[in-house]
Amino acid sequence: MSTGTPASGHGRPAPPTSHEASGTTVLSADDVARALTRIAHEVVERNKGVDDVVLLGIPTRGLPLARRLAQRLEQVEHVPADELVGSLDVTMHRDDLAHQPTRTIGETYVPGDGIDGKVVVLVDDVLYSGRTIRAALDAISDLGRPRAVQLAVLVDRGHRELPIRADYVGKNLPTATAERVRVLLAETDGEDRVLIEGGAR
Amino acid sequence: MRHLLSAADLDLDQAVLVLDTAGQMAATQAREIKKLPTLRGRTVVNLFFEDSTRTRISFETAAKRLSADVINFSAKGSSVSKGESLKDTALTLQAMGADAVVIRHQASGAPHTLAHSGWTHGAVVNAGDGMHQHPTQALLDAYTLRRHLVGDGGRADVTGRDLAGAHVAIVGDVLHSRVARSNVQLLRTLGARVTLVAPPTLVPVGVHAWPAEVSYDLDEVLATGPDAVMMLRVQRERMSGAGGGFFPSPLEYTRGYGLDARRLALLPDHAIVLHPGPMNRGLEISADAADSPRAVIVEQVANGVAVRMAVLYLLLAGGDTARGRDDGGAGRAGDGQERTDVRTDETRVHA
Repeated sequence: MSTGTPASGHGRPAPPTSHEASGTTVLSADDVARALTRIAHEVVERNKGVDDVVLLGIPTRGLPLARRLAQRLEQVEHVPADELVGSLDVTMHRDDLAHQPTRTIGETYVPGDGIDGKVVVLVDDVLYSGRTIRAALDAISDLGRPRAVQLAVLVDRGHRELPIRADYVGKNLPTATAERVRVLLAETDGEDRVLIEGGAR
Repeated sequence: MRHLLSAADLDLDQAVLVLDTAGQMAATQAREIKKLPTLRGRTVVNLFFEDSTRTRISFETAAKRLSADVINFSAKGSSVSKGESLKDTALTLQAMGADAVVIRHQASGAPHTLAHSGWTHGAVVNAGDGMHQHPTQALLDAYTLRRHLVGDGGRADVTGRDLAGAHVAIVGDVLHSRVARSNVQLLRTLGARVTLVAPPTLVPVGVHAWPAEVSYDLDEVLATGPDAVMMLRVQRERMSGAGGGFFPSPLEYTRGYGLDARRLALLPDHAIVLHPGPMNRGLEISADAADSPRAVIVEQVANGVAVRMAVLYLLLAGGDTARGRDDGGAGRAGDGQERTDVRTDETRVHA
């Protein structure tokens, strides 16, 4: 779930119609790039290098973000980016499957020799209720036993329903529940931008 | 998708979606912890009016790997032998809250009746009905074929790919085979070419209307270099007597239509051999052929679990909202709005 809105679980982005015009840009392409660079340095600093770090991106938009973080880590720490990045599909671990239309299952891929004893950094675009991350924690425990799990998100929009907190945040974005945060990334949407839309519907 | 009754229910996109989902399910089965919490709280009933070991176990394993509760019901030793009808059995299951009914029945069309009679509100999955359909078998065959024949012989990622260009020979008792019927439809949907090979007595009436070629000569078809050969079981139980008059003797059948080492050698290097099982070794397939590295018969069984997990996931994981969407108008506004709509519909039906 990448849009950060509970009612929009159709797995595909909304059509680029009037929504786009009504949205307010809160992060530009440069802001996104700067946030990722900062997060990459924070990851290195906190873990004293990236020797045991595995970045697991949550599809759809967490995965390109994880890849971009890995590229920055490669520049800083000279570790091949490909060996850092995996993808973690949490669809089958969600607790709201029975309330939403069927979701397509994405790919789970873990680099190297698994996650046992590693530091796993989960990467997602928007942190909202925290339910995706709860599902991700369950999914991780099926894959192995990491030494620690950390969470990196591009946007934290608040309204948590579970006791979950991000370790690395691109931007804290106080929102109303009626608002909708849309993250656009070059890989999936052709441009880098974060918008807030809706509010009074 | 509300039910899975026939291979013909699936269009190309749906069929590829099932195969892709099965691929992801298979990936989870390589892990140390194979069980997923996906269908927790859902109940799947295996309603088997006809004997079957592998299909029932396969469905049971699939449902359990997705954490669903499984009830196995076999007609033998049940009140069916006291004369209870399909309707009463279905009403009982409905009262017990079955979310999905996997049904195997000796009568063609029984799953269709169950799905459309209103006796059960759950999803109905056809696990083989008479001489009619066995869609999950066709899906697992297609999955196995795609793994071996598409994407550089299975080395590349095959997600999203169909079977366009593949040539499959289906050999044996086509007349009595629901596996053949389902496979012809599904393989055609996926873009493959199918040749049916059978003695004239075991070719169904009206086969010219099927999207497949028909041949009576196995050696001739093998010489054209098919990518896969699917052997069908000679169904002694559907023929009266040993051969039932459909062929002169088992030996004669083996000579004409059995896959042995000689015929195996005629196949191209990349070709694979499939069999839905259980095999009659020495009749339609020789031990050489059954145990050769080209035979993917054991793999078919493993793939069967993944495919059935995918089918159960796609039918059951979506909420009532998803079903409402499937049945009626698409593109309703919000989530809550949809749910209200569906409830109104149901009330109207009951009123």
